[in-house]
Amino acid sequence: MSSTILAIELAYWQQTGLRALLGIVAVLLPAGTLVYLFLFKMMSFMQSRLGPMEAGPYGSLQLLAEVGKFLQKEDLIPAAADRVVFKLAPFVVLISTFLLVLVIPAGPDLWFIDIDTGIFLALAVSSISVIGILMAGWASANKYSLIGGLRAAGQLVAYELPLVLAVMGVVIQAGTLNVQGIVMAQASGEIFGWGGIGNPFILTQFVGFAIFLVAVQAELTQPPFDMPVAESELVTGYLTEYSGLRFLMFFIGEFATAGIFSALAATMFLGGWYVPGLDPTDNLFNVIGPLVLIGKMVLVAFLIFWFRFTYPRFREDQLQQLAWKFLIPLSLVNIVATGVLKVVF
Amino acid sequence: MSTSALFAATGGFDPLTGGEVMVAQNIAFAIMAVTMLVSAVRMVTTRNVVHAALYLVIVLAGAAGTFILLGAEFVGVTQVLVYIGAIIVLFLFGIMLTKGSFGDDDDVDGERRSMAAMVGALVLAVMAAALVDTFRDAELSRAQPSLTADVGDLIFSQYIVPFEAISVLLLAALIGAIVVARGD
Repeated sequence: MSSTILAIELAYWQQTGLRALLGIVAVLLPAGTLVYLFLFKMMSFMQSRLGPMEAGPYGSLQLLAEVGKFLQKEDLIPAAADRVVFKLAPFVVLISTFLLVLVIPAGPDLWFIDIDTGIFLALAVSSISVIGILMAGWASANKYSLIGGLRAAGQLVAYELPLVLAVMGVVIQAGTLNVQGIVMAQASGEIFGWGGIGNPFILTQFVGFAIFLVAVQAELTQPPFDMPVAESELVTGYLTEYSGLRFLMFFIGEFATAGIFSALAATMFLGGWYVPGLDPTDNLFNVIGPLVLIGKMVLVAFLIFWFRFTYPRFREDQLQQLAWKFLIPLSLVNIVATGVLKVVF
Repeated sequence: MSTSALFAATGGFDPLTGGEVMVAQNIAFAIMAVTMLVSAVRMVTTRNVVHAALYLVIVLAGAAGTFILLGAEFVGVTQVLVYIGAIIVLFLFGIMLTKGSFGDDDDVDGERRSMAAMVGALVLAVMAAALVDTFRDAELSRAQPSLTADVGDLIFSQYIVPFEAISVLLLAALIGAIVVARGD
Protein backbone atom coordinates (compact mmCIF):
# COMPACT_ATOMS: atom_id res chain seq x y z
CA MET A 1 0.00 0.00 0.00
CA SER A 2 1.49 3.34 -0.90
CA SER A 3 1.29 6.12 1.66
CA THR A 4 -1.18 8.21 -0.35
CA ILE A 5 -4.76 7.17 -1.06
CA LEU A 6 -6.89 9.38 -3.33
CA ALA A 7 -4.22 12.08 -2.91
CA ILE A 8 -4.62 12.03 0.89
CA GLU A 9 -1.33 11.63 2.73
CA LEU A 10 -1.76 9.17 5.60
CA ALA A 11 0.16 9.24 8.87
CA TYR A 12 2.08 6.16 9.96
CA TRP A 13 -0.52 5.08 12.53
CA GLN A 14 -3.33 5.54 9.99
CA GLN A 15 -1.49 3.38 7.48
CA THR A 16 -0.87 0.74 10.14
CA GLY A 17 -4.51 0.74 11.24
CA LEU A 18 -5.69 0.46 7.66
CA ARG A 19 -3.26 -2.40 7.04
CA ALA A 20 -4.50 -4.28 10.12
CA LEU A 21 -8.13 -3.82 9.06
CA LEU A 22 -7.49 -4.91 5.48
CA GLY A 23 -5.43 -7.86 6.77
CA ILE A 24 -8.42 -9.13 8.74
CA VAL A 25 -10.65 -8.71 5.66
CA ALA A 26 -8.07 -10.47 3.48
CA VAL A 27 -8.06 -13.45 5.84
CA LEU A 28 -11.80 -13.72 6.52
CA LEU A 29 -13.10 -12.98 3.01
CA PRO A 30 -11.44 -15.93 1.22
CA ALA A 31 -12.27 -18.22 4.15
CA GLY A 32 -15.98 -17.33 3.98
CA THR A 33 -16.07 -17.49 0.19
CA LEU A 34 -14.47 -20.93 0.07
CA VAL A 35 -16.61 -22.40 2.85
CA TYR A 36 -19.85 -21.25 1.22
CA LEU A 37 -18.97 -21.85 -2.44
CA PHE A 38 -17.17 -25.15 -2.09
CA LEU A 39 -17.78 -26.79 1.30
CA PHE A 40 -21.51 -25.95 1.43
CA LYS A 41 -22.56 -25.86 -2.20
CA MET A 42 -20.09 -27.65 -4.47
CA MET A 43 -19.76 -30.67 -2.18
CA SER A 44 -23.53 -30.88 -1.89
CA PHE A 45 -24.01 -30.78 -5.67
CA MET A 46 -21.34 -33.45 -6.14
CA GLN A 47 -23.27 -35.62 -3.69
CA SER A 48 -26.66 -34.96 -5.34
CA ARG A 49 -28.10 -32.80 -2.58
CA LEU A 50 -28.88 -29.10 -2.22
CA GLY A 51 -26.86 -28.08 0.84
CA PRO A 52 -28.03 -25.20 3.04
CA MET A 53 -31.11 -23.51 1.49
CA GLU A 54 -32.99 -21.87 4.37
CA ALA A 55 -30.86 -18.96 5.66
CA GLY A 56 -30.99 -16.23 3.01
CA PRO A 57 -31.20 -16.77 -0.76
CA TYR A 58 -29.68 -20.19 -1.59
CA GLY A 59 -28.47 -20.44 2.00
CA SER A 60 -25.97 -17.65 1.51
CA LEU A 61 -26.39 -16.40 5.09
CA GLN A 62 -25.79 -19.86 6.54
CA LEU A 63 -22.23 -18.81 7.42
CA LEU A 64 -23.44 -16.09 9.79
CA ALA A 65 -25.72 -18.61 11.47
CA GLU A 66 -22.80 -21.04 11.84
CA VAL A 67 -20.53 -18.39 13.35
CA GLY A 68 -23.28 -17.39 15.76
CA LYS A 69 -23.70 -21.01 16.77
CA PHE A 70 -19.99 -21.45 17.49
CA LEU A 71 -19.81 -18.22 19.49
CA GLN A 72 -22.62 -19.38 21.78
CA LYS A 73 -21.03 -22.72 22.60
CA GLU A 74 -19.19 -23.30 25.87
CA ASP A 75 -15.40 -23.13 25.69
CA LEU A 76 -14.64 -26.58 27.11
CA ILE A 77 -11.17 -27.41 28.42
CA PRO A 78 -10.44 -31.00 29.54
CA ALA A 79 -9.58 -31.34 33.26
CA ALA A 80 -6.20 -32.98 32.57
CA ALA A 81 -5.22 -30.57 29.79
CA ASP A 82 -2.27 -28.20 29.92
CA ARG A 83 -4.53 -25.16 30.09
CA VAL A 84 -2.21 -22.39 28.88
CA VAL A 85 -0.82 -24.33 25.90
CA PHE A 86 -4.31 -25.62 25.07
CA LYS A 87 -5.68 -22.07 24.95
CA LEU A 88 -2.76 -20.65 22.96
CA ALA A 89 -2.63 -23.31 20.23
CA PRO A 90 -5.41 -21.89 17.95
CA PHE A 91 -3.80 -18.44 18.14
CA VAL A 92 -0.46 -19.81 16.91
CA VAL A 93 -2.22 -21.36 13.90
CA LEU A 94 -4.00 -18.06 13.16
CA ILE A 95 -0.76 -16.05 13.49
CA SER A 96 0.71 -18.18 10.72
CA THR A 97 -2.33 -17.46 8.52
CA PHE A 98 -2.26 -13.72 9.17
CA LEU A 99 1.46 -13.46 8.42
CA LEU A 100 0.98 -15.43 5.22
CA VAL A 101 -1.50 -12.95 3.76
CA LEU A 102 0.97 -10.08 4.08
CA VAL A 103 3.15 -10.93 1.09
CA ILE A 104 0.41 -11.16 -1.56
CA PRO A 105 0.05 -8.01 -3.69
CA ALA A 106 -3.38 -7.12 -5.12
CA GLY A 107 -2.28 -4.34 -7.50
CA PRO A 108 0.76 -2.30 -8.51
CA ASP A 109 0.42 -0.13 -5.38
CA LEU A 110 -1.76 -2.44 -3.28
CA TRP A 111 0.42 -4.45 -0.94
CA PHE A 112 0.87 -4.91 2.80
CA ILE A 113 4.64 -5.28 2.78
CA ASP A 114 6.84 -5.14 -0.31
CA ILE A 115 9.94 -6.91 0.93
CA ASP A 116 12.87 -8.38 -0.90
CA THR A 117 12.44 -11.92 0.48
CA GLY A 118 8.66 -12.04 -0.25
CA ILE A 119 7.88 -15.60 -1.27
CA PHE A 120 10.58 -17.00 1.04
CA LEU A 121 8.91 -15.24 3.98
CA ALA A 122 5.54 -16.76 3.02
CA LEU A 123 6.97 -20.27 3.01
CA ALA A 124 8.77 -19.66 6.32
CA VAL A 125 5.72 -18.38 8.21
CA SER A 126 3.49 -21.11 6.80
CA SER A 127 5.59 -23.59 8.79
CA ILE A 128 4.70 -21.91 12.12
CA SER A 129 1.25 -23.53 12.05
CA VAL A 130 2.87 -26.94 12.64
CA ILE A 131 3.86 -25.79 16.13
CA GLY A 132 0.26 -24.74 16.85
CA ILE A 133 -1.02 -28.13 15.74
CA LEU A 134 1.56 -29.99 17.86
CA MET A 135 0.64 -27.77 20.84
CA ALA A 136 -3.05 -28.58 20.35
CA GLY A 137 -2.40 -32.30 20.05
CA TRP A 138 -0.15 -32.48 23.10
CA ALA A 139 -2.01 -30.13 25.44
CA SER A 140 -5.33 -31.94 25.00
CA ALA A 141 -4.00 -34.85 27.16
CA ASN A 142 -5.81 -37.29 24.91
CA LYS A 143 -4.15 -40.08 22.98
CA TYR A 144 -6.23 -39.53 19.83
CA SER A 145 -5.28 -35.86 19.84
CA LEU A 146 -1.60 -36.69 20.37
CA ILE A 147 -1.56 -39.24 17.53
CA GLY A 148 -3.33 -36.71 15.31
CA GLY A 149 -0.83 -34.00 16.21
CA LEU A 150 2.15 -36.28 15.52
CA ARG A 151 0.72 -37.43 12.20
CA ALA A 152 0.10 -33.81 11.23
CA ALA A 153 3.67 -32.81 12.11
CA GLY A 154 5.18 -35.72 10.17
CA GLN A 155 3.03 -34.92 7.16
CA LEU A 156 3.59 -31.15 7.23
CA VAL A 157 7.37 -31.50 7.55
CA ALA A 158 7.44 -33.98 4.64
CA TYR A 159 5.32 -31.84 2.31
CA GLU A 160 7.01 -28.55 3.15
CA LEU A 161 10.01 -29.65 1.07
CA PRO A 162 8.16 -30.15 -2.25
CA LEU A 163 6.24 -26.91 -1.51
CA VAL A 164 9.47 -24.91 -1.21
CA LEU A 165 11.21 -26.70 -4.08
CA ALA A 166 8.22 -26.21 -6.43
CA VAL A 167 8.38 -22.45 -5.84
CA MET A 168 12.10 -22.46 -6.61
CA GLY A 169 11.47 -22.97 -10.35
CA VAL A 170 9.32 -19.82 -10.45
CA VAL A 171 11.94 -17.87 -8.51
CA ILE A 172 14.69 -18.93 -10.93
CA GLN A 173 12.59 -17.94 -13.91
CA ALA A 174 11.50 -14.59 -12.50
CA GLY A 175 14.96 -13.85 -11.10
CA THR A 176 13.53 -12.47 -7.84
CA LEU A 177 12.00 -13.61 -4.55
CA ASN A 178 9.85 -10.46 -4.38
CA VAL A 179 6.21 -11.36 -5.09
CA GLN A 180 5.50 -8.07 -6.87
CA GLY A 181 8.59 -8.77 -8.99
CA ILE A 182 7.25 -12.22 -9.89
CA VAL A 183 3.94 -10.68 -11.03
CA MET A 184 5.79 -8.06 -13.09
CA ALA A 185 8.05 -10.73 -14.65
CA GLN A 186 4.92 -12.56 -15.82
CA ALA A 187 3.16 -9.39 -17.00
CA SER A 188 6.12 -8.19 -19.06
CA GLY A 189 7.23 -11.66 -20.21
CA GLU A 190 7.10 -12.86 -23.78
CA ILE A 191 6.39 -16.28 -25.28
CA PHE A 192 8.97 -16.67 -28.10
CA GLY A 193 8.81 -12.95 -28.76
CA TRP A 194 5.01 -12.69 -28.55
CA GLY A 195 3.94 -10.57 -25.57
CA GLY A 196 0.16 -10.72 -26.10
CA ILE A 197 -0.69 -12.39 -22.82
CA GLY A 198 2.60 -11.91 -21.00
CA ASN A 199 4.14 -15.15 -19.82
CA PRO A 200 2.14 -16.77 -17.00
CA PHE A 201 4.50 -19.25 -15.38
CA ILE A 202 1.94 -22.06 -15.47
CA LEU A 203 3.00 -22.56 -19.11
CA THR A 204 6.67 -23.10 -18.36
CA GLN A 205 6.35 -24.30 -14.76
CA PHE A 206 3.41 -26.67 -15.09
CA VAL A 207 5.26 -29.38 -13.16
CA GLY A 208 5.94 -26.89 -10.37
CA PHE A 209 2.27 -25.85 -10.35
CA ALA A 210 1.11 -29.47 -10.03
CA ILE A 211 3.61 -30.23 -7.24
CA PHE A 212 2.62 -27.00 -5.45
CA LEU A 213 -1.08 -27.91 -5.52
CA VAL A 214 -0.46 -31.44 -4.20
CA ALA A 215 1.80 -30.10 -1.44
CA VAL A 216 -0.77 -27.43 -0.50
CA GLN A 217 -3.43 -30.10 -0.26
CA ALA A 218 -1.21 -32.02 2.16
CA GLU A 219 -0.28 -28.87 4.12
CA LEU A 220 -3.98 -28.17 4.68
CA THR A 221 -4.48 -31.75 5.99
CA GLN A 222 -7.45 -32.06 3.66
CA PRO A 223 -8.62 -35.29 2.02
CA PRO A 224 -6.93 -37.25 0.45
CA PHE A 225 -4.22 -36.25 2.94
CA ASP A 226 -6.40 -36.07 6.06
CA MET A 227 -4.68 -38.79 8.11
CA PRO A 228 -4.20 -36.33 11.04
CA VAL A 229 -7.95 -35.80 11.44
CA ALA A 230 -9.08 -39.20 10.13
CA GLU A 231 -12.51 -39.25 11.78
CA SER A 232 -13.01 -43.04 11.58
CA GLU A 233 -9.75 -43.68 13.46
CA LEU A 234 -8.93 -40.63 15.57
CA VAL A 235 -12.31 -38.95 16.25
CA THR A 236 -10.99 -35.63 14.79
CA GLY A 237 -7.32 -35.89 15.72
CA TYR A 238 -5.85 -32.78 17.31
CA LEU A 239 -9.24 -30.99 17.10
CA THR A 240 -11.04 -33.59 19.24
CA GLU A 241 -11.13 -31.61 22.50
CA TYR A 242 -11.78 -28.19 20.98
CA SER A 243 -15.21 -26.59 20.96
CA GLY A 244 -16.84 -23.22 20.46
CA LEU A 245 -14.67 -20.26 19.58
CA ARG A 246 -11.36 -22.14 19.63
CA PHE A 247 -12.65 -24.77 17.21
CA LEU A 248 -13.92 -21.93 15.01
CA MET A 249 -10.42 -20.42 15.01
CA PHE A 250 -8.88 -23.68 13.77
CA PHE A 251 -11.65 -23.94 11.17
CA ILE A 252 -11.12 -20.37 9.94
CA GLY A 253 -7.37 -20.98 9.96
CA GLU A 254 -7.74 -24.02 7.72
CA PHE A 255 -9.98 -22.39 5.12
CA ALA A 256 -8.25 -19.02 5.20
CA THR A 257 -4.95 -20.80 4.60
CA ALA A 258 -6.55 -22.69 1.72
CA GLY A 259 -7.62 -19.35 0.23
CA ILE A 260 -4.28 -17.67 0.78
CA PHE A 261 -2.31 -20.57 -0.67
CA SER A 262 -4.65 -20.49 -3.68
CA ALA A 263 -3.99 -16.77 -4.04
CA LEU A 264 -0.26 -17.44 -3.75
CA ALA A 265 -0.48 -20.11 -6.48
CA ALA A 266 -2.53 -17.69 -8.61
CA THR A 267 0.12 -15.00 -8.07
CA MET A 268 3.06 -17.21 -8.92
CA PHE A 269 1.65 -19.28 -11.78
CA LEU A 270 -1.37 -17.41 -13.23
CA GLY A 271 -0.06 -13.84 -13.23
CA GLY A 272 -1.62 -12.57 -9.99
CA TRP A 273 -3.56 -9.30 -10.28
CA TYR A 274 -2.53 -8.81 -13.93
CA VAL A 275 -4.87 -9.34 -16.88
CA PRO A 276 -3.50 -9.19 -20.44
CA GLY A 277 -4.14 -6.18 -22.64
CA LEU A 278 -3.31 -3.43 -20.17
CA ASP A 279 -0.08 -1.82 -19.08
CA PRO A 280 0.96 -3.46 -15.76
CA THR A 281 1.70 -0.06 -14.21
CA ASP A 282 -1.77 1.23 -15.13
CA ASN A 283 -3.54 2.84 -12.18
CA LEU A 284 -6.68 0.91 -13.13
CA PHE A 285 -5.12 -2.22 -11.65
CA ASN A 286 -5.34 -0.69 -8.18
CA VAL A 287 -9.12 -0.94 -8.61
CA ILE A 288 -9.63 -4.17 -10.57
CA GLY A 289 -6.51 -5.94 -9.24
CA PRO A 290 -8.17 -7.32 -6.07
CA LEU A 291 -11.14 -8.59 -8.10
CA VAL A 292 -8.88 -10.27 -10.65
CA LEU A 293 -6.86 -11.85 -7.85
CA ILE A 294 -9.99 -13.15 -6.09
CA GLY A 295 -11.25 -14.57 -9.39
CA LYS A 296 -8.00 -16.44 -9.99
CA MET A 297 -7.90 -17.54 -6.35
CA VAL A 298 -11.38 -19.08 -6.62
CA LEU A 299 -10.25 -20.87 -9.79
CA VAL A 300 -7.24 -22.47 -8.06
CA ALA A 301 -9.28 -23.21 -4.92
CA PHE A 302 -11.82 -24.97 -7.14
CA LEU A 303 -9.08 -27.44 -8.20
CA ILE A 304 -8.01 -27.99 -4.57
CA PHE A 305 -11.56 -28.65 -3.36
CA TRP A 306 -12.37 -30.77 -6.40
CA PHE A 307 -9.57 -33.13 -5.34
CA ARG A 308 -10.75 -32.90 -1.75
CA PHE A 309 -14.26 -34.14 -2.51
CA THR A 310 -13.17 -36.75 -5.06
CA TYR A 311 -10.38 -38.92 -3.69
CA PRO A 312 -10.38 -41.33 -0.72
CA ARG A 313 -7.78 -41.08 2.04
CA PHE A 314 -4.16 -42.17 1.66
CA ARG A 315 -2.54 -44.69 3.99
CA GLU A 316 0.25 -43.20 6.16
CA ASP A 317 3.06 -45.05 4.33
CA GLN A 318 1.65 -44.16 0.90
CA LEU A 319 1.51 -40.54 1.97
CA GLN A 320 5.16 -40.45 3.06
CA GLN A 321 6.28 -42.35 -0.05
CA LEU A 322 4.50 -39.92 -2.35
CA ALA A 323 6.37 -37.01 -0.75
CA TRP A 324 9.86 -38.45 -0.36
CA LYS A 325 10.11 -40.84 -3.32
CA PHE A 326 8.13 -38.99 -5.97
CA LEU A 327 7.43 -35.29 -5.34
CA ILE A 328 10.84 -34.26 -3.94
CA PRO A 329 12.95 -35.94 -6.68
CA LEU A 330 10.56 -34.58 -9.33
CA SER A 331 10.81 -31.03 -7.97
CA LEU A 332 14.62 -31.30 -7.86
CA VAL A 333 14.64 -32.37 -11.53
CA ASN A 334 12.33 -29.43 -12.26
CA ILE A 335 14.78 -27.02 -10.60
CA VAL A 336 17.75 -28.41 -12.56
CA ALA A 337 15.81 -28.25 -15.85
CA THR A 338 14.66 -24.68 -15.15
CA GLY A 339 18.20 -23.62 -14.25
CA VAL A 340 19.69 -25.13 -17.41
CA LEU A 341 17.00 -23.58 -19.65
CA LYS A 342 17.39 -20.20 -17.92
CA VAL A 343 21.10 -20.19 -18.76
CA VAL A 344 20.58 -21.47 -22.33
CA PHE A 345 17.87 -18.98 -23.31
CA MET B 1 12.32 13.35 29.56
CA SER B 2 10.07 11.34 27.31
CA THR B 3 11.45 9.77 24.15
CA SER B 4 9.61 12.12 21.83
CA ALA B 5 10.69 15.19 23.79
CA LEU B 6 14.30 14.00 23.64
CA PHE B 7 13.89 13.36 19.95
CA ALA B 8 12.54 16.90 19.41
CA ALA B 9 15.20 18.53 21.60
CA THR B 10 18.07 17.04 19.63
CA GLY B 11 16.45 17.71 16.27
CA GLY B 12 16.12 14.00 15.56
CA PHE B 13 19.81 13.30 15.98
CA ASP B 14 21.58 11.19 18.57
CA PRO B 15 23.62 13.61 20.75
CA LEU B 16 26.40 10.99 21.19
CA THR B 17 27.03 9.68 17.68
CA GLY B 18 25.37 12.36 15.58
CA GLY B 19 23.41 9.66 13.74
CA GLU B 20 19.66 9.67 13.25
CA VAL B 21 17.70 8.32 16.24
CA MET B 22 15.43 5.46 15.24
CA VAL B 23 12.66 5.68 17.84
CA ALA B 24 10.33 2.98 16.50
CA GLN B 25 13.22 0.56 16.03
CA ASN B 26 14.48 1.19 19.54
CA ILE B 27 11.06 0.59 21.08
CA ALA B 28 10.63 -2.60 19.03
CA PHE B 29 14.06 -3.79 20.08
CA ALA B 30 13.35 -3.10 23.77
CA ILE B 31 10.12 -5.10 23.68
CA MET B 32 11.76 -8.00 21.87
CA ALA B 33 14.83 -8.00 24.09
CA VAL B 34 12.79 -8.15 27.30
CA THR B 35 10.54 -10.90 25.90
CA MET B 36 13.55 -12.90 24.75
CA LEU B 37 15.33 -12.53 28.07
CA VAL B 38 12.31 -13.62 30.13
CA SER B 39 11.63 -16.56 27.81
CA ALA B 40 15.26 -17.64 27.84
CA VAL B 41 15.32 -17.69 31.65
CA ARG B 42 11.98 -19.51 31.80
CA MET B 43 13.26 -22.01 29.24
CA VAL B 44 16.09 -23.20 31.46
CA THR B 45 14.14 -23.00 34.73
CA THR B 46 10.88 -24.72 33.75
CA ARG B 47 10.60 -28.41 34.63
CA ASN B 48 8.23 -29.18 31.78
CA VAL B 49 10.19 -30.25 28.69
CA VAL B 50 7.48 -29.26 26.19
CA HIS B 51 7.16 -25.83 27.83
CA ALA B 52 10.93 -25.42 27.53
CA ALA B 53 10.73 -26.12 23.79
CA LEU B 54 7.89 -23.61 23.41
CA TYR B 55 9.84 -20.92 25.30
CA LEU B 56 12.71 -21.62 22.90
CA VAL B 57 10.32 -20.80 20.03
CA ILE B 58 9.79 -17.32 21.51
CA VAL B 59 13.55 -16.79 21.93
CA LEU B 60 14.25 -17.85 18.33
CA ALA B 61 11.40 -15.69 17.00
CA GLY B 62 12.92 -12.75 18.88
CA ALA B 63 16.30 -13.48 17.29
CA ALA B 64 14.65 -13.52 13.85
CA GLY B 65 12.96 -10.20 14.66
CA THR B 66 16.30 -8.70 15.71
CA PHE B 67 17.89 -9.76 12.41
CA ILE B 68 15.04 -8.10 10.51
CA LEU B 69 15.46 -4.93 12.60
CA LEU B 70 19.12 -4.90 11.57
CA GLY B 71 18.09 -5.07 7.92
CA ALA B 72 19.25 -8.67 7.47
CA GLU B 73 15.96 -9.90 6.02
CA PHE B 74 17.26 -13.10 4.47
CA VAL B 75 18.95 -14.27 7.68
CA GLY B 76 15.86 -13.44 9.73
CA VAL B 77 13.49 -15.34 7.45
CA THR B 78 15.91 -18.28 7.29
CA GLN B 79 15.94 -18.29 11.10
CA VAL B 80 12.15 -18.71 11.09
CA LEU B 81 12.13 -21.39 8.38
CA VAL B 82 15.00 -23.50 9.74
CA TYR B 83 14.82 -23.09 13.51
CA ILE B 84 11.11 -22.57 14.22
CA GLY B 85 9.71 -24.46 11.23
CA ALA B 86 12.02 -27.45 11.30
CA ILE B 87 14.27 -27.85 14.34
CA ILE B 88 11.73 -26.99 17.05
CA VAL B 89 9.14 -29.15 15.29
CA LEU B 90 11.61 -32.06 15.42
CA PHE B 91 12.27 -31.32 19.12
CA LEU B 92 8.56 -31.38 19.92
CA PHE B 93 8.04 -34.43 17.74
CA GLY B 94 10.81 -36.30 19.57
CA ILE B 95 9.60 -35.26 23.04
CA MET B 96 6.00 -36.20 22.31
CA LEU B 97 6.93 -39.57 20.78
CA THR B 98 9.16 -40.65 23.65
CA LYS B 99 7.87 -38.97 26.80
CA GLY B 100 5.41 -41.06 28.76
CA SER B 101 4.45 -38.62 31.50
CA PHE B 102 2.42 -35.44 31.17
CA GLY B 103 3.29 -32.34 33.17
CA ASP B 104 6.36 -31.47 35.24
CA ASP B 105 9.40 -33.73 35.29
CA ASP B 106 11.40 -33.74 38.52
CA ASP B 107 14.51 -35.28 37.02
CA VAL B 108 14.81 -32.51 34.40
CA ASP B 109 16.66 -30.26 36.85
CA GLY B 110 20.06 -31.93 37.32
CA GLU B 111 23.00 -31.24 39.64
CA ARG B 112 24.90 -29.73 36.72
CA ARG B 113 23.21 -26.39 37.20
CA SER B 114 26.38 -24.57 38.33
CA MET B 115 28.38 -26.12 35.49
CA ALA B 116 25.80 -24.89 32.95
CA ALA B 117 25.83 -21.41 34.48
CA MET B 118 29.62 -21.34 34.20
CA VAL B 119 29.60 -22.39 30.54
CA GLY B 120 26.93 -19.76 29.85
CA ALA B 121 28.96 -17.01 31.52
CA LEU B 122 32.09 -18.10 29.64
CA VAL B 123 30.34 -18.02 26.25
CA LEU B 124 28.92 -14.57 27.05
CA ALA B 125 32.38 -13.28 28.00
CA VAL B 126 34.08 -14.63 24.87
CA MET B 127 31.34 -13.34 22.56
CA ALA B 128 31.23 -9.92 24.20
CA ALA B 129 35.02 -9.55 24.09
CA ALA B 130 35.18 -10.64 20.44
CA LEU B 131 32.34 -8.31 19.37
CA VAL B 132 33.64 -5.28 21.26
CA ASP B 133 37.17 -5.88 19.99
CA THR B 134 36.01 -6.25 16.37
CA PHE B 135 33.73 -3.25 16.08
CA ARG B 136 35.08 -0.77 18.67
CA ASP B 137 33.46 2.59 17.88
CA ALA B 138 32.61 1.78 14.27
CA GLU B 139 29.05 2.65 13.34
CA LEU B 140 27.33 0.11 11.10
CA SER B 141 25.79 1.37 7.91
CA ARG B 142 22.01 1.50 8.17
CA ALA B 143 21.30 2.98 4.80
CA GLN B 144 19.43 0.05 3.22
CA PRO B 145 18.41 -3.48 4.15
CA SER B 146 20.74 -6.06 2.63
CA LEU B 147 19.38 -7.62 -0.57
CA THR B 148 19.00 -11.38 -0.92
CA ALA B 149 20.65 -11.23 -4.34
CA ASP B 150 23.77 -9.65 -2.78
CA VAL B 151 23.88 -12.37 -0.10
CA GLY B 152 23.67 -15.01 -2.84
CA ASP B 153 26.39 -13.31 -4.89
CA LEU B 154 28.73 -13.20 -1.90
CA ILE B 155 28.13 -16.83 -0.91
CA PHE B 156 28.79 -18.11 -4.42
CA SER B 157 31.85 -15.95 -5.13
CA GLN B 158 33.88 -14.77 -2.16
CA TYR B 159 32.74 -17.41 0.34
CA ILE B 160 32.37 -20.37 -2.04
CA VAL B 161 34.98 -22.54 -0.28
CA PRO B 162 33.51 -22.30 3.26
CA PHE B 163 30.03 -22.75 1.79
CA GLU B 164 31.00 -25.94 -0.03
CA ALA B 165 32.87 -27.21 3.05
CA ILE B 166 29.74 -26.76 5.19
CA SER B 167 27.63 -28.48 2.52
CA VAL B 168 29.92 -31.52 2.53
CA LEU B 169 29.95 -31.53 6.35
CA LEU B 170 26.13 -31.52 6.47
CA LEU B 171 25.96 -34.28 3.87
CA ALA B 172 28.41 -36.37 5.92
CA ALA B 173 26.31 -35.82 9.05
CA LEU B 174 23.18 -36.84 7.12
CA ILE B 175 24.76 -40.07 5.84
CA GLY B 176 26.17 -40.74 9.32
CA ALA B 177 22.71 -40.38 10.88
CA ILE B 178 21.25 -42.83 8.37
CA VAL B 179 24.04 -45.36 9.04
CA VAL B 180 23.57 -45.08 12.82
CA ALA B 181 19.78 -45.35 12.55
CA ARG B 182 19.90 -48.42 10.27
CA GLY B 183 22.31 -50.16 12.62
CA ASP B 184 23.92 -52.54 10.12
